Amino acid sequence: MFVAFRRIFKLGWQSFTRDGGLAAATVFILVIVIALVTSLFILKEVSQFLIASIQEKVDISVYFKERALETEILNIKEEISKIPEVKEVKYISKVKALEEFVERHKDEPVLMESLEEVGNPFLASLNIKAWEASQYGVIANFLEHPVYEDLVEKVDYYQRKPVIEKIFALSAGMEKTGWMGAIILVVVAILVTFNTIRLAIYNFREEIKIQRLVGAGNWFIRGPFLVQGVISGISAALICLLIFSLISWGLSPKIEIFFPGLNIFQIFVSNFWTIVLIQLSTGILLGVISSTLAIRKYLKV
Amino acid sequence: MIKFEKVTKIYPSHSNSSPTIALEDVSFEVKPNEFVSIVGRSGAGKTTLLRLLLAEEKPTSGKIFFKGIDVHKIKPEKLSGLRREIGVVFQDYKLLPSKTTYENIAYVMEVIGKRDEEIARDVPEVLDIVGLTDRAQNFPAELSGGECQRAAIARALIHRPEIILADEPTGNLDPYHTLDIIRLLLKIQEMGTTVILATHNKEIINRLGKRVITLEKGRVIRDEERGRFIL
Repeated sequence: MFVAFRRIFKLGWQSFTRDGGLAAATVFILVIVIALVTSLFILKEVSQFLIASIQEKVDISVYFKERALETEILNIKEEISKIPEVKEVKYISKVKALEEFVERHKDEPVLMESLEEVGNPFLASLNIKAWEASQYGVIANFLEHPVYEDLVEKVDYYQRKPVIEKIFALSAGMEKTGWMGAIILVVVAILVTFNTIRLAIYNFREEIKIQRLVGAGNWFIRGPFLVQGVISGISAALICLLIFSLISWGLSPKIEIFFPGLNIFQIFVSNFWTIVLIQLSTGILLGVISSTLAIRKYLKV
Repeated sequence: MIKFEKVTKIYPSHSNSSPTIALEDVSFEVKPNEFVSIVGRSGAGKTTLLRLLLAEEKPTSGKIFFKGIDVHKIKPEKLSGLRREIGVVFQDYKLLPSKTTYENIAYVMEVIGKRDEEIARDVPEVLDIVGLTDRAQNFPAELSGGECQRAAIARALIHRPEIILADEPTGNLDPYHTLDIIRLLLKIQEMGTTVILATHNKEIINRLGKRVITLEKGRVIRDEERGRFIL
């Protein structure tokens, strides 16, 4: 058994190294497919980052009347935090609101002068973030309860509702389109690989027939092709890994200029082993499955 | 050892023409250690007969036995077992183009699971018998027709099969190499192997003085112990 396995491996390796042109063509196609799959994985991570950062900017605010005490507001904050739909609640006091406004507009003298005249016009507020767009309605309803009528000045949900829903719909749409595009590309890539390997094996049909006629068993014939498939897959995965390491390392600073906080190299490094696994499994599985399917019909002699 | 029992092989037509009868009602037996020549014009059915024995194709009717077993009742996955007991020399050599002469011959031993030491011992020995020691590391494309045919013979006999089928082994060779190959086949038979030689080379058959089965239009028209090429 071990001897047969060793011989199958030797024959596979021999074929891979001797048919240089054919092996290079197969590896090249596999590199393209693996690169595509890896790009889709990285794009998924990037789009998740972008969607999360857009969604991060979505929130609603509830403003409290002048007479509302800080302890009362903090009690309401406590209550709101208990709602399962709520992701985060931040208290902004009247003073803090003024400080933030001044910090933002310190270079605008007209605004600053007006502010000096009116004093602190801001109201204390709670800034609320929900997990999903649909959940903001629930939170708004909760705050409009008559219990809070005396304390709550206004909830800005209804002004923001169309924008919030648009943002969430857009990100959901992006995800759906992304998945559909990815599936189509992967199917095309698999078909291209399968056909390349099928053509490569077609060149060997006479050789396979001879092997059958001199008494080689199916596994002794199929084995070396599978070994070649595995070697091609591993080679292509390693080439791809090198290409992606270099590209993500080189492009990362440039991308970060346009999308602050988006570090492609960091994504690559933190998902390194997942990417290695995706690349190796894509390469090996495509190589092996395509070889198995392509060789099947020539083994019937 | 080998028995053909009323074997008929008809190839169905793919157009409107009538089906081709390659073999019709063929019956004969071959005993161990015999040297049998199958002769006939091109298209007489010689190659079909050998292909049926190798179970490359199925007969339309009739049975073919090898050592008492109906070869067409063997399951496809077990066919390799039958083929390992038969050495075949093809007219077009059928050497594996991506392997050297040495590897082509060693391949058969690897297939049947011989140990590395046996391969290292036997392959050079057989290469010496067929006079190809110097060409061991050459690929088939680098060999002459005669050398390819000798390599094919070496491959056919390396695992000491009980029978060797030679299908027009001299078809592509000049007279000098033709004699060379026939001498080699006779030597193999003297060593105890059954040889079935399919040819349309009149001169060779008349020189051999061995059993001759003559085919014409797929039928056996003559089967003589010390036959001659008469058509």
